[in-house]
Amino acid sequence: MIGGLFIYNHKGEVLISRVYRDDIGRNAVDAFRVNVIHARQQVRSPVTNIARTSFFHVKRSNIWLAAVTKQNVNAAMVFEFLYKMCDVMAAYFGKISEENIKNNFVLIYELLDEILDFGYPQNSETGALKTFITQQGIKSQHQTKEEQSQITSQVTGQIGWRREGIKYRRNELFLDVLESVNLLMSPQGQVLSAHVSGRVVMKSYLSGMPECKFGMNDKIVIEKQGKGTADETSKSGKQSIAIDDCTFHQCVRLSKFDSERSISFIPPDGEFELMRYRTTKDIILPFRVIPLVREVGRTKLEVKKKWARPPISMNFEVPFAPSGLKVRYLKVFEPKLNYSDHDVIKWVRYIGRSGIYETRC
Amino acid sequence: MTDSKYFTTTKKGEIFELKAELNSDKKEKKKEAVKKVIASMTVGKDVSALFPDVVNCMQTDNLELKKLVYLYLMNYAKSQPDMAIMAVNTFVKDCEDPNPLIRALAVRTMGCIRVDKITEYLCEPLRKCLKDEDPYVRKTAAVCVAKLHDINAQLVEDQGFLDTLKDLISDSNPMVVANAVAALSEIAESHPSSNLLDLNPQSINKLLTALNECTEWGQIFILDCLANYTPKDDREAQSICERVTPRLSHANSAVVLSAVKVLMKFMEMLSKDLDYYGTLLKKLAPPLVTLLSAEPELQYVALRNINLIVQKRPEILKHEMKVFFVKYNDPIYVKLEKLDIMIRLASQANIAQVLAELKEYATEVDVDFVRKAVRAIGRCAIKVEQSAERCVSTLLDLIQTKVNYVVQEAIVVIKDIFRKYPNKYESVIATLCENLDSLDEPEARAAMIWIVGEYAERIDNADELLESFLEGFHDESTQVQLQLLTAIVKLFLKKPTETQELVQQVLSLATQDSDNPDLRDRGYIYWRLLSTDPVAAKEVVLAEKPLISEETDLIEPTLLDELICYIGTLASVYHKPPSAFVEGGRGVVHKSLPPRTASSESTESPETAPAGAPSGEQPDVIPTQGDLLGDLLNLDLGPPVGGPPLATSSVQMGAVDLLGGGLDSLMGDEPEGIGGPNFVAPPAAAVPPNLGTSMGSGLSDLFDLTSGVGTLSGSYVAPKAVWLPAMKAKGLEISGTFTRQVGSISMDLQLTNKALQVMTDFAIQFNRNSFGLAPAAPLQVHAPLSPNQTVEISLPLNTVGSVMKMEPLNNLQVAVKNNIDVFYFSTLYPLHILFVEDGKMDRQMFLATWKDIPNENEAQFQIRDCPLNAEAVSSRLQSSNIFTVAKRNVEGQDMLYQSLKLTNGIWVLAELRIQPGNPSFTDLELSLKCRAPEVSQHVYQAYETILKN
Repeated sequence: MIGGLFIYNHKGEVLISRVYRDDIGRNAVDAFRVNVIHARQQVRSPVTNIARTSFFHVKRSNIWLAAVTKQNVNAAMVFEFLYKMCDVMAAYFGKISEENIKNNFVLIYELLDEILDFGYPQNSETGALKTFITQQGIKSQHQTKEEQSQITSQVTGQIGWRREGIKYRRNELFLDVLESVNLLMSPQGQVLSAHVSGRVVMKSYLSGMPECKFGMNDKIVIEKQGKGTADETSKSGKQSIAIDDCTFHQCVRLSKFDSERSISFIPPDGEFELMRYRTTKDIILPFRVIPLVREVGRTKLEVKKKWARPPISMNFEVPFAPSGLKVRYLKVFEPKLNYSDHDVIKWVRYIGRSGIYETRC
Repeated sequence: MTDSKYFTTTKKGEIFELKAELNSDKKEKKKEAVKKVIASMTVGKDVSALFPDVVNCMQTDNLELKKLVYLYLMNYAKSQPDMAIMAVNTFVKDCEDPNPLIRALAVRTMGCIRVDKITEYLCEPLRKCLKDEDPYVRKTAAVCVAKLHDINAQLVEDQGFLDTLKDLISDSNPMVVANAVAALSEIAESHPSSNLLDLNPQSINKLLTALNECTEWGQIFILDCLANYTPKDDREAQSICERVTPRLSHANSAVVLSAVKVLMKFMEMLSKDLDYYGTLLKKLAPPLVTLLSAEPELQYVALRNINLIVQKRPEILKHEMKVFFVKYNDPIYVKLEKLDIMIRLASQANIAQVLAELKEYATEVDVDFVRKAVRAIGRCAIKVEQSAERCVSTLLDLIQTKVNYVVQEAIVVIKDIFRKYPNKYESVIATLCENLDSLDEPEARAAMIWIVGEYAERIDNADELLESFLEGFHDESTQVQLQLLTAIVKLFLKKPTETQELVQQVLSLATQDSDNPDLRDRGYIYWRLLSTDPVAAKEVVLAEKPLISEETDLIEPTLLDELICYIGTLASVYHKPPSAFVEGGRGVVHKSLPPRTASSESTESPETAPAGAPSGEQPDVIPTQGDLLGDLLNLDLGPPVGGPPLATSSVQMGAVDLLGGGLDSLMGDEPEGIGGPNFVAPPAAAVPPNLGTSMGSGLSDLFDLTSGVGTLSGSYVAPKAVWLPAMKAKGLEISGTFTRQVGSISMDLQLTNKALQVMTDFAIQFNRNSFGLAPAAPLQVHAPLSPNQTVEISLPLNTVGSVMKMEPLNNLQVAVKNNIDVFYFSTLYPLHILFVEDGKMDRQMFLATWKDIPNENEAQFQIRDCPLNAEAVSSRLQSSNIFTVAKRNVEGQDMLYQSLKLTNGIWVLAELRIQPGNPSFTDLELSLKCRAPEVSQHVYQAYETILKN
């Protein structure tokens, strides 16, 4: 498991160092600085092995975060954890910068103690963490017994991402369908590859423990339901879309999606990413670029054709979902409180952006 | 509130100031002071002198302050063990606190204090916390057991914590379950022989239930643990797969990869005819593709794993070529990995697209990437025959660009294309020759020279071309020199009349003016060969070369299978087994894929599945000693598990194939027998003095040259001993010994039938053993063994079998079956059969490692009555793969520093003290250092055996 965690500034000075395992010594801190941050040749892999010690690193602006281990750890987990740590820090104090880290180093140590135990990642949902690790220091001595056990049961519970007893006067939710269109086109205008990677981001202000159900024009669902009314799908061309693959926030019941393809969940309070998806069929490409490159070289000096020319890339934003995805419903049930699905104010917005939208030339 | 002020540095009397502040009456001031201490600690200043003052602040009801003090304690307790005892009381008290957060904090911190004296005091509080009413405390206590085990394994066992931990697997809280699984898995790894995890259908069911409920991290712990389980049959495998597949839609890539690992592993057990098998294959592709939209670092991990998956099961991603197209802004490490996978997926169906992409990449800016793209074009040519012509013309286009590194790279791959399709594309040679002058990299020069030599008969000015290289012969790198030597000899054999002078010249350059033993030896071989028997020389040097295989860089199958078991982990990123980069005992256990079960096609009725079908092969869950005998009795005497012995790569060029044929005649020939038509044997006087005094010792250098391939002589072989007397085995007598030759281990057996009936149907199987020795092929006794008949069989062995520590370490339990019965015997193998050929450590490394291994691991032995001098000792040991790294003479004694490596990657370092010239003192003193000290005794025995026989 993770043996230690270090945070450095761009000069390679340590801002945070937390060692979890006995096999990681202080010299590991220097080894990473010397061999990676100060390396003469830029390091070409996010995983580096120095003297039988493995270093995983990510960079956020000019801050280096490095996880260290001497064991055969789950590498994907280490990176996921590093990203998660960045998210948690950002949720507490905003941008990850040298100044913010120095200003909050006690808090960071406290967080690191909580979210990583002996190198094993523990509950790292900000919603839960904020109930008992606060920037003003802990108010533990003033907590009642009930409050304490509520905290611990939330941190270890099945719904670790939401606390009980949330109340809003107005129940409201916002759904953003954010898509980025990725395109690679040959100089001749032929599409080499194209796909949409989309995210559904939900921001909810709902009371209690609301049970939500999300529906979209997923081809598989529509066809399953539409067996009786087959003509409906056939007559109106693009009623449904084929989703190549999707992944969900951990609040979504995956086994239910696997068996019924229905998306049901109890959302975290506030903003979170409900799902990500990818489509490759019938993408609406808002723009096409046909490069016309003329080489001018009329001076006496002969200009050679430039060896490498970066592709032409585009940035744009359009108010629709290029994949054709439509939100069909988002139903909210909270049986214990007296508000119904109709009382919830819902907003839906579609934004299509350019991802890597390139035409080679 | 800002804390950055604590980082501002300080003047001298800082420690005194801090001391005063820590002892202040004001709470705020105290807290400020502790923060300053922690900040100093972070930047690496030694603030251990403040230990008593900081610990004094521990008794506080301010939780933030308490946490800071704990943080300090964890860092410095080890250096101040006596002081640390002061903290014990507070821990014990905190473990009783009404607030669960404080109880958990105490138990969490306690486990990080690695002081023996303290550890004992912590057992009682830990025991209570493991049974705490609050799940938050229990989940923390579960991890604490793993911490304690790391400090004092015996204590944890004696205190019965392992059982309590096992109970927690049935806890009602999913997070407690997940942490208990994580802790148990870690402990089990360092105890390969214990049956700690005790996975069975019931416990698996509990884990699968918890899987749906726990945090993303918990899901990873559980999936990684599940992957170690071997289902009893294909039905169970399928039902677990069905419950794991929903995880493929998790947002956390690590959850997805761990699920992929379980599925890839259990799929081995499913019949390919099963509908479900096809469904599963289809389900795996989309999530793997989705991983490519993760952050670049994760993409990298995913791509390294996909690289393994496409080698193991190419069908999964065969239609997904496009997603691996390189994007301009991908980080370089992602680009390089994508390129690798593109080539693996290249097929006739998509080759046009792939080639168009590769051509595009060859014009990018990053030199490494461009080189790899050019090389990739060559690999496509070799892989997809239909595309070879297009690839060659693309390469020629690239050569026309005259970009230096592109040209060189192209020439290197064209050489490979020639080796795959001989006599097909030689028309391009002219173009290649035009670029001869621009080649400045050894690999490209060597490739070009090879081409010229190989096709010398078609290149009119081949002699001029090769001669031009000869001018700066001594400035060339070894590979170019070797290649030039071979190419000129080839040229001579093809056009003997015009090139005699040239070949004389190169032979004398190689044998007389070179310090490089490899080059000298190769030169001598050619010289002798040409002078003794030119016909034989032709047969050897111009022999038809084997075609290079389709894919030159596939991972060797048994390693691939092992790596599949490590999907998601560092091993899968490095493409190396954990033993290659993890120190000590962890990771020594080889993992292997489960064998396909022999269950019938009908999956409808479980009754039809034969009861005995599940073979005893559980890769990781290894039974306790008690179960051993039963286990051996149930041995399934089918074909051995593990892949075929690895074939050595055939891409090596030049010299190696020469050795096979040339050597025998070389050694057998008397000097006076030499004297071919045009040749004079190299005169003894021409041998440079540093070569040694005679040809004989010159030849021994040869063994150095080939040490990468394996010593030709092989290591010491003990005479056969009777392992199984006839009276114990109904007339079958087995005697045998172990050998190691050219890197392969075998068990040489002699079977004698002393019964009155004919014996047939022989089979053999090994029990799990310390180094994973297993038969690499079935026992083949071709004809029935008649009464009084004896056969000799050499059974090849590999070391990829299941591992279990045996007592003694080198004990091997064997079962042999014939038509009469099954017989069991055990034998001890000499450890030196496990000494591998690349066991020579370089000096620096040796020094560093010697220092690095703690002194308590050093073991001293005496080898009595061994009247050998240092040279003799050294060469004798070297033939058994014990390599002398350095030699020193200290006060008339010779000190040899030696290294050897075992098949499982364990290094053993040795210091051997010899007193030469003192006939009354013939004892050798041997000190061994090894990270696994239990092997020392056996290494010593190996030394003794080798030196005394």
